[in-house]
Amino acid sequence: MIDTSPSLALVATIVVLVTVGVYLLLERSLSRVLLGVIILGNAVNLLFLVAGGKAGGAPIIGQTDEDAMSDPLPQAMVLTAIVITLGMTAFLLAMAYRSWQLNRHDEVQDDLEDRRIARRAAADQAAFEDADADVTTTLDEDAALVRDETGPVDQGAAGGPLHATLDEAAAAGRANRSGGEGR
Amino acid sequence: MTLTDLTWVVPLPVVVPLFAAGLALALWRHGRAQGVISVVALSVVLISSVVLLVAADEGPLVLDVGGWAAPVGIDLVADRLSTLMLTVSSAVTLCVLLYSLAQGVEDGDAETPIAIFHPTYLVLTAGVANAFLSGDLFNLYVGFEILLAASYVLITLGGTGERIRAGTIYVVVSLTSSIIFLLAIALVYAATGTVNLAQLAERLPDVDPAVQLALQLLLLLAFGIKAAVFPLSAWLPDSYPTAPAPVTAVFAGLLTKVGVYAVIRTQTLLFPDGRADDLLMWVALATMVVGILGAVAQNDIKRLVSFTLVSHIGYMIFGIAMSTELGLASAIFYVAHHITVQTALFLVVGLVERRGGSTSLDDLGGLAKLAPVLAVLFFIPAMNLAGIPPLSGFLGKAGLLQAGVQMGTPLAYALVTGAVVTSLLTLYAIVKAWNKAFWQTAPAAPPATRLPAGMVGPAGALVVLGVGLTVVAGPLFAYTERAAATLRDPVQYVTAVLPDGARGEGQSAEVAEDADAAGEAPAEVSGDVRDDGAQDDNREGDG
Repeated sequence: MIDTSPSLALVATIVVLVTVGVYLLLERSLSRVLLGVIILGNAVNLLFLVAGGKAGGAPIIGQTDEDAMSDPLPQAMVLTAIVITLGMTAFLLAMAYRSWQLNRHDEVQDDLEDRRIARRAAADQAAFEDADADVTTTLDEDAALVRDETGPVDQGAAGGPLHATLDEAAAAGRANRSGGEGR
Repeated sequence: MTLTDLTWVVPLPVVVPLFAAGLALALWRHGRAQGVISVVALSVVLISSVVLLVAADEGPLVLDVGGWAAPVGIDLVADRLSTLMLTVSSAVTLCVLLYSLAQGVEDGDAETPIAIFHPTYLVLTAGVANAFLSGDLFNLYVGFEILLAASYVLITLGGTGERIRAGTIYVVVSLTSSIIFLLAIALVYAATGTVNLAQLAERLPDVDPAVQLALQLLLLLAFGIKAAVFPLSAWLPDSYPTAPAPVTAVFAGLLTKVGVYAVIRTQTLLFPDGRADDLLMWVALATMVVGILGAVAQNDIKRLVSFTLVSHIGYMIFGIAMSTELGLASAIFYVAHHITVQTALFLVVGLVERRGGSTSLDDLGGLAKLAPVLAVLFFIPAMNLAGIPPLSGFLGKAGLLQAGVQMGTPLAYALVTGAVVTSLLTLYAIVKAWNKAFWQTAPAAPPATRLPAGMVGPAGALVVLGVGLTVVAGPLFAYTERAAATLRDPVQYVTAVLPDGARGEGQSAEVAEDADAAGEAPAEVSGDVRDDGAQDDNREGDG
């Protein structure tokens, strides 16, 4: 059984690689993200080597004494991981290039719908517009028009503050409000 | 034993689509031949999955790939959970394939280049099957990578600006989660010297508890990104809606569920003491509530449905986090229900987009009159998703709520409340979509198209399948309960894979070497070799 205590040099290298990789991964440009992925992938590959213990002889029966053999399994896994990372790198490169073809830059773009909803939320507008022709008033407007039995209510006072919060976008619909009472 | 006769079926769901993918790629000029190959391959997968589903009810089927004994070689394990997932997913992939074939006939090659689509789609299916069947952590990673690589191609199909934008987010997030998964595997190997799930189940309890917890959380982080649970879910609604409808449908149905499956598998088999349960509870609650609030705010029907997808992953995590048999059984039932319903919903939304000419709820309208069949096809899975009795969504939720109340802790009650609120908000979001797309007067005249029967048919078949789950809910729930019972008792899994406690049933030269080293006669080796020495030897010969 080979010594499995981790080598300090490898661990230090992994730490540096992960740091650099994560930093690059957080960048906006796809080519930097790509570099980050490659570096992170290599850091993990090194971690596998640490997991396998100290380097020993070739793991071939008859050539190396069993106690002095390297653990071959992490190497097999690292090989698989390298191949996979290679494929992913190629795809990411192609995608970055396509992004550059289309937009003349390779930056990760904002999601438009997210931005739109965030803008509406900041402006305190409704998330959607109701295009149903039967109803041209909002609930607040209807509430202002309905008589309250519990006491005399000044319609103007009740409607005033409510109207202030109404959706700007519905203003067009409110123009023909005179017919709204017939709802 | 008749069961051993059926082990040759176990690799078929992985091998057949992969082989068919190669064949389809070779025949890239012949679109019709590609279609035939894909349909035949996926039908074979469906049939073998059903065979496995029945056979696995007697006990897990284990195949040592290449005849190499389990901890040394890679093994495929078909137990109740994996075969159920496999059956539902292959039924869904077949329906989606038929839908996309019809769409290809309608639209031609421009939006979705068929020559690429078929091989990639088959590879995706193989990856999903491999992830479900894998009995080895590293093979699970390979399964994930197969399906992810295929999904990268599918989500950027055609390379339009919008899809590249959405694909960028998806690819980068997925790559990050893959790296985290790989990191976790490296640490697991460093701690235990094996990546075989059954052997890990034996060795992990001996590992230092703090290290165990770190490994558990790392794996949960990796799978959580794939399953899109709350703090890790932001990528999903940004990236899914822009892909072609069949692609979105199959992603929504399957890919997140593969993540959920991996969580179930690792939580029950590797970390059965449930130390992350409270964390998972909170995550489930946040996923449900935050996801559905996102859906309520949406104005685009595809995005709305994507947000409900995120939200309902929370139900499954809730079931897993309870760590009780009923909770787990309900979670598995819910996964099966959700795969069919969510896929059906995305396919129907694709039809809505085609008929109404838009996915924005402001521009849709009057579809109930224009396309009554479409309205029915939308209404049934929508109500099923919201959990209206007696549909399967209701049954799954009822099971979860029952399990939560049985548990009786304050946190469980909070989850029960959250689940009910989420269900109501789902109904609200879905009814809003229904009112606007189907009942309001159309703001603009919709394009004068007819929906091709070839697309309505498969979508309808999936809706019927979803309703069918309600009809067979009794036997299905009994099956998931048995599956949960198996999962709660990891010994069954371990003894199925490693019958004598150390080696699987395949042959390996290593066994003979071990025997020579130990001075035993080679013939006796398959007997009892579980001792301290075997552990070290396994480590050397693993893989």
